[in-house]
Amino acid sequence: MLAPNGGTQRQHRADHLLIAEMVEPGARVLDVGCGDGALLQLLAETKAVDGRGIEISRDRVNACVAQGLSVIQGDADRDLFDYPDGAFDYAVLSLTIQATRQPKTVLENLLRIGRRAIVSFPNFGHWEIRWQLLLGGRMPMTRNLPEPWYISPDAHLCTITDFVDLVKLVNAEVEEAVAFNSTGRRLPIKHSIRLQNLFGEKAVFLLRGR
Amino acid sequence: MTAPARPTLAPVSTRVNEAQTPSSPHVTFAADTPLKLDCGQVLAPFTVAYQTYGTLNADKSNAILVCHALTGDQHVANVHPVTGKPGWWETMVGPGKPIDIDKYFVICPNIIGGCMGSTGPASVNPATGKPYGLDFPVITIGDMVAAQVRLIDHLGIDTLFSVVGGSMGGMQVLEWVARQSQRVYSAVPIATAARHSAQNIAFHEVGRQAVMADPDWCQGDYLNLDKVPRRGLSVARMAAHITYLSEDALQDKFGRNLQDRDRRTFSFDADFQVESYLRYQGSTFVDRFDANSYLYITRAMDYFDLAAEHGDVLANAFRGTKTRFCVVSFTSDWLYPTRESKAIVRALNAVAANVSFVEIESDKGHDAFLLNEPELFATVGGFLGAAAERRGLKVRGS
Repeated sequence: MLAPNGGTQRQHRADHLLIAEMVEPGARVLDVGCGDGALLQLLAETKAVDGRGIEISRDRVNACVAQGLSVIQGDADRDLFDYPDGAFDYAVLSLTIQATRQPKTVLENLLRIGRRAIVSFPNFGHWEIRWQLLLGGRMPMTRNLPEPWYISPDAHLCTITDFVDLVKLVNAEVEEAVAFNSTGRRLPIKHSIRLQNLFGEKAVFLLRGR
Repeated sequence: MTAPARPTLAPVSTRVNEAQTPSSPHVTFAADTPLKLDCGQVLAPFTVAYQTYGTLNADKSNAILVCHALTGDQHVANVHPVTGKPGWWETMVGPGKPIDIDKYFVICPNIIGGCMGSTGPASVNPATGKPYGLDFPVITIGDMVAAQVRLIDHLGIDTLFSVVGGSMGGMQVLEWVARQSQRVYSAVPIATAARHSAQNIAFHEVGRQAVMADPDWCQGDYLNLDKVPRRGLSVARMAAHITYLSEDALQDKFGRNLQDRDRRTFSFDADFQVESYLRYQGSTFVDRFDANSYLYITRAMDYFDLAAEHGDVLANAFRGTKTRFCVVSFTSDWLYPTRESKAIVRALNAVAANVSFVEIESDKGHDAFLLNEPELFATVGGFLGAAAERRGLKVRGS
């Protein structure tokens, strides 16, 4: 896939492109678990955002800062408490919530720090995963979850339905929910969480605190 | 005891000359524009000696202020007039270096209280015509910055593109933002802390007591009596030097190796290489540094507590700042450990400041900020480059 601006011909992650569609131009964005800074870079190029990142890996932080991104070394579970309320227009957590120790607290912090939160995650409710577990009786391993359970950092995997329940529990509102498959194609299902949960390999949610 | 061979160095008089009539450019602020000090006294007249590198652009937007550490000075990227050695940060500042003097105009002032031309205890007290000695008022990091503000005003620069410094230089960076945030576009505090810990103060006290225990210190009046408290200042430097290195770095460099001998001498001679190294460090330091300056500057560092100046809440020091920060620490620095940098980052996050924070893996201890650390260079170069782009900095050739 090409960069939307037609500039650098670099491959963008499918969920990053979907997140970029949700972000208003010029917004202040905090990317929690920003990795190598690919999303921040994409958002800077296509949406001219004022972006910041938090990343747990020291090497990745250093690489981000050397590229000119504003990134600090930190931990989503520990360091979000330091940010004031409403400091950002969007607090983004892309494919990271399942690897946090306290997903509920992290989500509450995101909704507090950002006027909106954007969360993407692998969907454990996808039919292929259900099928593998049903037939094999073992923890599923798929394109999206390639590691065996004893290595995987994903301590808190959830389904789309589980996530919707958590959103209700923390008293937030879903503004947009997109399920997509590994090639980044959006599923043409908009209004049925049940069907998104069965056919979506991953999902991106745009949330707003109440 | 046989002292280790000392290199041939300029005589003490050269150093005293540099303190009183510096070879660097310098500006003297007259008695009618005094520097009001935190201790309540005033310094007037006072001089700030400084070096500059590169060219100030037409709209004066490319100036970077480099703040030096305790025993540093303004000679950041040129041959030192007393020691003849290269500048102390030539790895960082120069053409094509992370602080690129082809793009930026770099200013490095000697701090007040120093001994390389800015007013300090070795300068002549206009009231007596003799060196100040202990008549020099006790200064703070804030006073050093206040003097730098006057220099920047004098140079006609409104906003500094960046203020950069390591160790005590980093304290000045933080103080600059706390006092003059709107004049600092970006800030790079490296291997530093927002306050001195009990351990930091303790080590400094050992150094000061060593100086003051030397009979040649003469209650601070040694310059008038033509003496140098060589032994005391040398011991202070030896103790401090240990704190600049990591345990691993010392062990790797020296281990238990013996110096120029095959066996122990059963004496108090410098049998071990590490002893010889420290004696050398102490001895060369005395040749280029004023003992009273050492007392005053260590005191200023001990007094530094940015939170205390802002209602005991560090975040208050940075409230409303638009400055872009890049905070850097080193894994093996036990003098200003990473947790001190993290406290600064937490305070900056609490006011939603724009901050990058990098902890660099190094086994070289606190000294790492002065050494060849490619990750440090990539961080500072990348950060400044991105800030320059965001500011739309106009530099020659672009």
